[in-house]
Amino acid sequence: MSSMAEIAAVIASTHHPFYYRASTATGDDRPPFADEWVAKIERFRETLTRAEPDVLVMVGSDHFHQLWLDNMPQFLVGKAPFFDANWHNEEREFGLPRMTLRGQEDLAAHLLRDGLDRDFDLAFSNELRIDHSITCPIITLRPQADLPIVPIYTNIFAPPLPQPRRFVALGRAIREMVESWESDQRVAIIGTGHLSLELGGPRQFGEHGPDPEFDRKAVEWIASGDIEGCLAEVSLDSLHAPGNATHGFIDFMLMMGVAGEGQKADHVDSLDLFHTMEAYFTWYPNGVPGEVAPA
Amino acid sequence: MSRYLLDKFLYTVDRDPGLVERYREDPAGTVAWWEAEMANTILNCTPAERTTWLSFTDDERTALTQHDHVTLFQLGAHPFLTLTLFIAMFERDHGPLEYQKAYGRAMQHLTLPYPDIAT
Repeated sequence: MSSMAEIAAVIASTHHPFYYRASTATGDDRPPFADEWVAKIERFRETLTRAEPDVLVMVGSDHFHQLWLDNMPQFLVGKAPFFDANWHNEEREFGLPRMTLRGQEDLAAHLLRDGLDRDFDLAFSNELRIDHSITCPIITLRPQADLPIVPIYTNIFAPPLPQPRRFVALGRAIREMVESWESDQRVAIIGTGHLSLELGGPRQFGEHGPDPEFDRKAVEWIASGDIEGCLAEVSLDSLHAPGNATHGFIDFMLMMGVAGEGQKADHVDSLDLFHTMEAYFTWYPNGVPGEVAPA
Repeated sequence: MSRYLLDKFLYTVDRDPGLVERYREDPAGTVAWWEAEMANTILNCTPAERTTWLSFTDDERTALTQHDHVTLFQLGAHPFLTLTLFIAMFERDHGPLEYQKAYGRAMQHLTLPYPDIAT
Protein backbone atom coordinates (compact mmCIF):
# COMPACT_ATOMS: atom_id res chain seq x y z
CA MET A 1 0.00 0.00 0.00
CA SER A 2 1.38 3.37 -0.96
CA SER A 3 1.51 6.20 1.54
CA MET A 4 1.44 9.95 1.06
CA ALA A 5 4.07 12.39 2.17
CA GLU A 6 3.48 14.27 5.40
CA ILE A 7 3.95 17.98 5.95
CA ALA A 8 6.47 18.19 8.79
CA ALA A 9 6.38 21.99 9.04
CA VAL A 10 5.49 25.12 7.11
CA ILE A 11 7.97 27.93 7.61
CA ALA A 12 7.98 31.53 6.40
CA SER A 13 10.88 33.87 7.00
CA THR A 14 12.58 36.99 5.86
CA HIS A 15 15.91 36.30 4.14
CA HIS A 16 18.60 38.66 5.31
CA PRO A 17 21.90 38.28 3.49
CA PHE A 18 23.74 40.07 6.34
CA TYR A 19 22.97 37.31 8.87
CA TYR A 20 25.81 35.01 7.87
CA ARG A 21 28.47 37.67 8.31
CA ALA A 22 26.88 39.18 11.45
CA SER A 23 26.55 35.79 13.14
CA THR A 24 30.09 34.66 12.39
CA ALA A 25 31.84 37.98 13.10
CA THR A 26 33.94 38.28 16.26
CA GLY A 27 35.53 41.08 18.26
CA ASP A 28 35.16 44.61 16.92
CA ASP A 29 33.63 43.29 13.70
CA ARG A 30 30.64 41.80 15.54
CA PRO A 31 27.63 44.13 15.34
CA PRO A 32 25.87 44.96 18.63
CA PHE A 33 22.63 43.26 17.53
CA ALA A 34 24.34 39.97 16.55
CA ASP A 35 23.84 38.08 19.81
CA GLU A 36 20.11 38.76 20.00
CA TRP A 37 19.75 37.91 16.31
CA VAL A 38 21.60 34.60 16.72
CA ALA A 39 19.49 33.68 19.76
CA LYS A 40 16.27 34.28 17.82
CA ILE A 41 17.56 32.31 14.84
CA GLU A 42 18.58 29.39 17.05
CA ARG A 43 15.07 29.22 18.52
CA PHE A 44 13.65 29.43 15.00
CA ARG A 45 16.01 26.69 13.82
CA GLU A 46 14.76 24.41 16.59
CA THR A 47 11.24 24.64 15.13
CA LEU A 48 12.51 22.92 11.98
CA THR A 49 14.86 20.52 13.73
CA ARG A 50 12.12 19.14 15.98
CA ALA A 51 9.88 18.54 12.94
CA GLU A 52 12.45 15.99 11.67
CA PRO A 53 12.06 16.71 7.97
CA ASP A 54 13.49 14.51 5.22
CA VAL A 55 13.01 16.94 2.31
CA LEU A 56 12.76 20.73 2.01
CA VAL A 57 10.63 22.54 -0.55
CA MET A 58 12.26 25.97 -0.73
CA VAL A 59 10.36 28.95 -2.12
CA GLY A 60 12.48 31.95 -3.03
CA SER A 61 13.18 34.44 -5.79
CA ASP A 62 16.21 34.78 -8.01
CA HIS A 63 17.74 38.26 -7.70
CA PHE A 64 18.84 38.64 -11.34
CA HIS A 65 21.41 35.89 -11.09
CA GLN A 66 20.44 33.09 -13.49
CA LEU A 67 17.03 34.42 -14.52
CA TRP A 68 17.20 37.48 -16.73
CA LEU A 69 14.90 39.82 -18.57
CA ASP A 70 15.40 38.13 -21.95
CA ASN A 71 13.66 35.01 -20.66
CA MET A 72 11.85 35.59 -17.37
CA PRO A 73 9.62 32.91 -15.84
CA GLN A 74 6.94 33.83 -13.30
CA PHE A 75 7.11 30.53 -11.37
CA LEU A 76 9.88 27.99 -11.84
CA VAL A 77 10.63 24.60 -10.26
CA GLY A 78 14.21 23.36 -10.08
CA LYS A 79 14.53 19.68 -11.02
CA ALA A 80 18.10 18.50 -10.79
CA PRO A 81 20.19 16.09 -8.71
CA PHE A 82 22.22 18.98 -7.29
CA PHE A 83 22.00 22.73 -6.91
CA ASP A 84 25.12 24.80 -6.60
CA ALA A 85 24.54 27.94 -4.66
CA ASN A 86 25.44 31.55 -4.16
CA TRP A 87 26.91 33.91 -6.68
CA HIS A 88 29.97 36.08 -7.01
CA ASN A 89 28.14 39.27 -6.10
CA GLU A 90 26.70 37.65 -2.96
CA GLU A 91 30.17 36.51 -1.94
CA ARG A 92 31.47 40.02 -2.68
CA GLU A 93 28.77 42.03 -0.87
CA PHE A 94 27.62 39.66 1.89
CA GLY A 95 30.47 37.18 2.34
CA LEU A 96 28.16 34.25 1.59
CA PRO A 97 29.88 30.88 1.11
CA ARG A 98 29.65 28.65 -1.94
CA MET A 99 27.40 25.65 -1.30
CA THR A 100 26.07 22.56 -3.07
CA LEU A 101 22.71 21.12 -2.08
CA ARG A 102 21.18 17.84 -3.18
CA GLY A 103 17.94 17.91 -5.16
CA GLN A 104 14.83 15.71 -4.73
CA GLU A 105 13.94 15.01 -8.35
CA ASP A 106 10.96 12.73 -7.68
CA LEU A 107 9.17 15.46 -5.74
CA ALA A 108 10.18 18.09 -8.31
CA ALA A 109 8.75 15.95 -11.11
CA HIS A 110 5.55 15.44 -9.13
CA LEU A 111 5.15 19.18 -8.47
CA LEU A 112 5.73 19.99 -12.14
CA ARG A 113 3.26 17.41 -13.45
CA ASP A 114 0.62 18.04 -10.84
CA GLY A 115 1.10 21.82 -11.01
CA LEU A 116 0.67 21.88 -14.80
CA ASP A 117 -2.46 19.76 -14.45
CA ARG A 118 -3.81 22.31 -11.96
CA ASP A 119 -3.33 25.10 -14.55
CA PHE A 120 -0.13 26.56 -13.09
CA ASP A 121 2.10 26.83 -16.14
CA LEU A 122 5.29 26.18 -14.22
CA ALA A 123 8.65 26.69 -15.88
CA PHE A 124 11.47 24.35 -14.96
CA SER A 125 15.22 24.28 -14.80
CA ASN A 126 17.49 21.25 -14.91
CA GLU A 127 20.61 23.26 -14.09
CA LEU A 128 19.87 25.93 -11.52
CA ARG A 129 22.34 27.81 -9.37
CA ILE A 130 20.37 29.09 -6.44
CA ASP A 131 20.88 32.36 -4.60
CA HIS A 132 20.54 33.82 -1.11
CA SER A 133 16.73 33.77 -1.17
CA ILE A 134 17.12 30.00 -0.68
CA THR A 135 20.53 29.73 0.97
CA CYS A 136 19.75 32.26 3.72
CA PRO A 137 17.08 29.97 5.20
CA ILE A 138 19.43 27.00 4.77
CA ILE A 139 22.05 28.93 6.76
CA THR A 140 19.57 29.96 9.45
CA LEU A 141 17.39 26.84 9.66
CA ARG A 142 19.56 23.95 8.51
CA PRO A 143 23.18 25.06 8.45
CA GLN A 144 24.44 21.51 7.98
CA ALA A 145 22.73 21.70 4.55
CA ASP A 146 22.23 17.94 4.57
CA LEU A 147 18.68 17.58 3.22
CA PRO A 148 17.61 17.36 -0.41
CA ILE A 149 15.60 20.30 -1.69
CA VAL A 150 13.15 21.29 -4.36
CA PRO A 151 13.64 24.99 -5.13
CA ILE A 152 10.67 26.98 -6.39
CA TYR A 153 11.39 30.44 -7.72
CA THR A 154 8.76 33.16 -7.96
CA ASN A 155 9.03 36.48 -9.74
CA ILE A 156 8.64 39.25 -7.16
CA PHE A 157 11.36 41.28 -8.79
CA ALA A 158 10.86 42.03 -12.48
CA PRO A 159 7.47 43.53 -13.34
CA PRO A 160 4.96 42.62 -14.64
CA LEU A 161 4.40 40.27 -11.69
CA PRO A 162 1.56 37.81 -11.12
CA GLN A 163 -1.18 39.05 -8.79
CA PRO A 164 -0.88 38.35 -5.03
CA ARG A 165 -3.96 36.09 -5.17
CA ARG A 166 -2.06 33.94 -7.67
CA PHE A 167 0.80 33.53 -5.19
CA VAL A 168 -1.71 32.51 -2.51
CA ALA A 169 -3.33 30.04 -4.91
CA LEU A 170 0.04 28.54 -5.80
CA GLY A 171 0.81 28.19 -2.10
CA ARG A 172 -2.44 26.31 -1.54
CA ALA A 173 -1.66 24.11 -4.52
CA ILE A 174 1.89 23.38 -3.30
CA ARG A 175 0.44 22.24 0.02
CA GLU A 176 -2.03 19.89 -1.68
CA MET A 177 0.53 18.62 -4.15
CA VAL A 178 3.07 17.78 -1.47
CA GLU A 179 0.34 15.99 0.48
CA SER A 180 -0.51 13.94 -2.63
CA TRP A 181 3.10 12.89 -3.28
CA GLU A 182 3.35 9.12 -2.96
CA SER A 183 6.19 8.89 -0.52
CA ASP A 184 6.88 8.16 3.11
CA GLN A 185 9.02 11.29 3.39
CA ARG A 186 8.40 14.15 5.79
CA VAL A 187 8.43 17.43 3.87
CA ALA A 188 9.00 20.91 5.27
CA ILE A 189 7.83 23.74 3.03
CA ILE A 190 9.95 26.84 3.60
CA GLY A 191 9.55 30.18 1.88
CA THR A 192 11.26 33.52 2.29
CA GLY A 193 10.40 37.07 1.40
CA HIS A 194 10.53 40.53 2.92
CA LEU A 195 8.50 42.87 5.01
CA SER A 196 8.75 46.56 4.03
CA LEU A 197 12.03 47.11 2.23
CA GLU A 198 13.67 49.79 0.11
CA LEU A 199 16.65 49.01 -2.11
CA GLY A 200 18.34 51.65 -4.21
CA GLY A 201 15.90 54.42 -3.22
CA PRO A 202 15.76 57.33 -0.77
CA ARG A 203 14.36 55.28 2.12
CA GLN A 204 17.07 52.59 2.19
CA PHE A 205 19.29 51.77 5.17
CA GLY A 206 17.29 53.75 7.72
CA GLU A 207 17.10 53.17 11.48
CA HIS A 208 14.19 50.78 10.93
CA GLY A 209 12.45 49.30 7.93
CA PRO A 210 10.90 51.95 5.68
CA ASP A 211 7.34 51.33 6.95
CA PRO A 212 7.06 49.96 10.53
CA GLU A 213 3.25 50.24 10.40
CA PHE A 214 3.12 47.99 7.34
CA ASP A 215 5.47 45.57 9.11
CA ARG A 216 3.20 45.46 12.18
CA LYS A 217 0.18 44.67 10.04
CA ALA A 218 2.09 42.15 7.95
CA VAL A 219 3.27 40.19 10.99
CA GLU A 220 -0.32 40.11 12.27
CA TRP A 221 -1.69 38.88 8.92
CA ILE A 222 0.88 36.10 8.74
CA ALA A 223 0.77 35.07 12.40
CA SER A 224 -3.04 34.81 12.37
CA GLY A 225 -3.33 33.34 8.87
CA ASP A 226 -5.53 36.24 7.79
CA ILE A 227 -5.28 35.64 4.07
CA GLU A 228 -8.52 37.41 3.21
CA GLY A 229 -7.64 40.49 5.27
CA CYS A 230 -4.23 40.61 3.67
CA LEU A 231 -5.57 40.20 0.13
CA ALA A 232 -8.11 42.96 0.81
CA GLU A 233 -5.34 45.47 1.56
CA VAL A 234 -2.40 44.32 -0.52
CA SER A 235 -2.14 44.80 -4.26
CA LEU A 236 0.70 45.08 -6.75
CA ASP A 237 0.17 48.85 -6.67
CA SER A 238 -0.17 49.21 -2.90
CA LEU A 239 3.15 47.48 -2.25
CA HIS A 240 5.07 50.41 -3.72
CA ALA A 241 4.10 52.57 -0.74
CA PRO A 242 5.88 50.64 2.07
CA GLY A 243 9.15 50.49 0.10
CA ASN A 244 10.26 49.79 -3.45
CA ALA A 245 11.37 46.21 -2.73
CA THR A 246 8.30 45.30 -0.65
CA HIS A 247 6.94 43.10 -3.43
CA GLY A 248 9.03 40.40 -1.76
CA PHE A 249 6.16 40.30 0.73
CA ILE A 250 4.13 38.37 -1.85
CA ASP A 251 6.25 35.30 -1.12
CA PHE A 252 4.97 35.54 2.47
CA MET A 253 1.47 35.54 1.00
CA LEU A 254 2.33 32.38 -0.93
CA MET A 255 3.40 30.80 2.36
CA MET A 256 0.14 31.91 4.00
CA GLY A 257 -1.55 29.93 1.23
CA VAL A 258 0.57 26.90 2.14
CA ALA A 259 -0.32 27.27 5.83
CA GLY A 260 -4.03 27.82 5.16
CA GLU A 261 -6.73 30.41 5.90
CA GLY A 262 -7.11 31.16 9.58
CA GLN A 263 -4.16 28.99 10.60
CA LYS A 264 -2.32 30.60 13.50
CA ALA A 265 1.42 30.16 13.43
CA ASP A 266 2.88 27.99 16.20
CA HIS A 267 6.05 30.08 16.37
CA VAL A 268 6.14 33.83 15.73
CA ASP A 269 9.14 36.06 16.25
CA SER A 270 10.53 39.27 14.82
CA LEU A 271 13.56 41.48 15.18
CA ASP A 272 13.63 45.19 14.42
CA LEU A 273 16.90 45.85 12.64
CA PHE A 274 18.20 48.86 10.76
CA HIS A 275 17.06 48.86 7.11
CA THR A 276 14.43 46.13 7.51
CA MET A 277 12.52 44.06 10.07
CA GLU A 278 13.16 40.36 10.39
CA ALA A 279 10.21 37.99 10.94
CA TYR A 280 9.98 34.26 11.54
CA PHE A 281 6.93 31.95 11.46
CA THR A 282 6.44 28.20 11.82
CA TRP A 283 3.24 26.18 11.49
CA TYR A 284 2.79 22.50 12.33
CA PRO A 285 -0.25 21.39 10.30
CA ASN A 286 -0.13 17.91 11.86
CA GLY A 287 0.44 19.00 15.43
CA VAL A 288 3.41 20.27 17.34
CA PRO A 289 6.13 17.60 17.22
CA GLY A 290 6.45 15.77 20.51
CA GLU A 291 3.06 16.89 21.78
CA VAL A 292 0.02 14.63 21.76
CA ALA A 293 -2.72 16.08 19.58
CA PRO A 294 -5.90 16.99 21.47
CA ALA A 295 -8.59 14.32 21.23
CA MET B 1 13.54 54.82 -23.58
CA SER B 2 15.53 51.61 -23.29
CA ARG B 3 15.22 50.60 -19.65
CA TYR B 4 15.94 47.04 -20.67
CA LEU B 5 19.32 48.00 -22.07
CA LEU B 6 20.21 50.06 -18.98
CA ASP B 7 19.42 47.02 -16.87
CA LYS B 8 21.41 44.80 -19.22
CA PHE B 9 24.46 47.04 -18.82
CA LEU B 10 24.19 47.04 -15.02
CA TYR B 11 23.61 43.28 -14.92
CA THR B 12 26.42 42.23 -17.24
CA VAL B 13 28.96 44.59 -15.70
CA ASP B 14 28.06 43.62 -12.13
CA ARG B 15 28.68 39.93 -12.65
CA ASP B 16 32.10 40.36 -14.28
CA PRO B 17 34.74 41.43 -11.72
CA GLY B 18 37.02 42.76 -14.45
CA LEU B 19 34.26 44.90 -15.91
CA VAL B 20 33.32 46.26 -12.48
CA GLU B 21 36.88 47.62 -12.11
CA ARG B 22 36.95 48.89 -15.68
CA TYR B 23 33.66 50.75 -15.26
CA ARG B 24 34.84 52.25 -11.97
CA GLU B 25 38.10 53.53 -13.46
CA ASP B 26 36.97 54.49 -16.98
CA PRO B 27 33.20 54.95 -17.13
CA ALA B 28 33.09 56.77 -20.49
CA GLY B 29 35.35 54.29 -22.21
CA THR B 30 33.59 51.30 -20.73
CA VAL B 31 30.12 52.55 -21.68
CA ALA B 32 31.22 53.32 -25.25
CA TRP B 33 32.91 49.92 -25.63
CA TRP B 34 29.98 48.07 -24.09
CA GLU B 35 27.40 49.76 -26.29
CA ALA B 36 29.43 49.04 -29.42
CA GLU B 37 30.46 45.47 -28.63
CA MET B 38 28.17 43.99 -25.99
CA ALA B 39 24.79 45.71 -26.05
CA ASN B 40 23.48 43.51 -28.85
CA THR B 41 24.80 40.21 -27.55
CA ILE B 42 22.03 37.80 -26.55
CA LEU B 43 23.30 36.32 -23.31
CA ASN B 44 22.25 32.73 -23.97
CA CYS B 45 23.25 32.66 -27.65
CA THR B 46 26.45 32.39 -29.66
CA PRO B 47 28.14 35.69 -30.60
CA ALA B 48 27.06 35.36 -34.24
CA GLU B 49 23.37 35.48 -33.30
CA ARG B 50 23.32 39.16 -32.47
CA THR B 51 20.45 41.52 -31.86
CA THR B 52 20.32 44.37 -34.38
CA TRP B 53 18.46 47.21 -32.69
CA LEU B 54 19.55 47.99 -29.12
CA SER B 55 21.16 51.31 -28.23
CA PHE B 56 21.11 53.85 -25.40
CA THR B 57 19.36 57.19 -25.52
CA ASP B 58 21.61 60.19 -24.94
CA ASP B 59 20.26 60.62 -21.40
CA GLU B 60 20.92 57.00 -20.54
CA ARG B 61 24.44 57.06 -21.96
CA THR B 62 25.23 60.24 -20.04
CA ALA B 63 23.87 58.90 -16.74
CA LEU B 64 25.96 55.74 -17.07
CA THR B 65 29.05 57.71 -18.10
CA GLN B 66 28.70 60.02 -15.10
CA HIS B 67 28.07 57.19 -12.58
CA ASP B 68 24.87 59.09 -11.84
CA HIS B 69 22.78 56.67 -9.79
CA VAL B 70 20.11 59.29 -9.06
CA THR B 71 19.39 59.84 -12.76
CA LEU B 72 19.51 56.10 -13.41
CA PHE B 73 16.78 55.72 -10.78
CA GLN B 74 14.74 58.46 -12.43
CA LEU B 75 15.14 56.77 -15.80
CA GLY B 76 13.64 53.57 -14.37
CA ALA B 77 16.77 51.43 -14.18
CA HIS B 78 16.12 48.53 -11.79
CA PRO B 79 17.15 49.92 -8.37
CA PHE B 80 18.52 46.57 -7.17
CA LEU B 81 20.90 46.33 -10.12
CA THR B 82 22.13 49.90 -9.75
CA LEU B 83 22.61 49.60 -5.99
CA THR B 84 24.44 46.27 -6.20
CA LEU B 85 26.88 47.46 -8.85
CA PHE B 86 27.50 50.83 -7.22
CA ILE B 87 28.18 49.20 -3.85
CA ALA B 88 30.69 46.96 -5.61
CA MET B 89 32.43 49.98 -7.11
CA PHE B 90 32.34 52.51 -4.28
CA GLU B 91 31.67 50.93 -0.89
CA ARG B 92 35.41 50.32 -0.55
CA ASP B 93 36.08 54.07 -0.40
CA HIS B 94 33.91 54.55 2.71
CA GLY B 95 33.37 53.26 6.25
CA PRO B 96 30.78 50.57 7.05
CA LEU B 97 27.37 51.45 5.53
CA GLU B 98 28.47 55.06 4.89
CA TYR B 99 28.16 54.63 1.16
CA GLN B 100 24.73 52.99 1.34
CA LYS B 101 23.40 55.81 3.52
CA ALA B 102 24.88 58.54 1.33
CA TYR B 103 23.40 56.82 -1.72
CA GLY B 104 19.95 57.11 -0.14
CA ARG B 105 20.54 60.71 1.01
CA ALA B 106 21.37 61.75 -2.54
CA MET B 107 17.80 60.75 -3.49
CA GLN B 108 15.94 62.43 -0.61
CA HIS B 109 14.22 64.85 -3.00
CA LEU B 110 12.50 61.95 -4.79
CA THR B 111 8.95 61.11 -3.73
CA LEU B 112 6.33 58.49 -4.55
CA PRO B 113 5.35 57.37 -7.04
CA TYR B 114 8.82 56.28 -8.12
CA PRO B 115 9.53 55.88 -11.82
CA ASP B 116 8.21 52.74 -13.48
CA ILE B 117 10.83 49.98 -13.69
CA ALA B 118 8.83 47.62 -15.89
CA THR B 119 10.69 46.54 -19.01
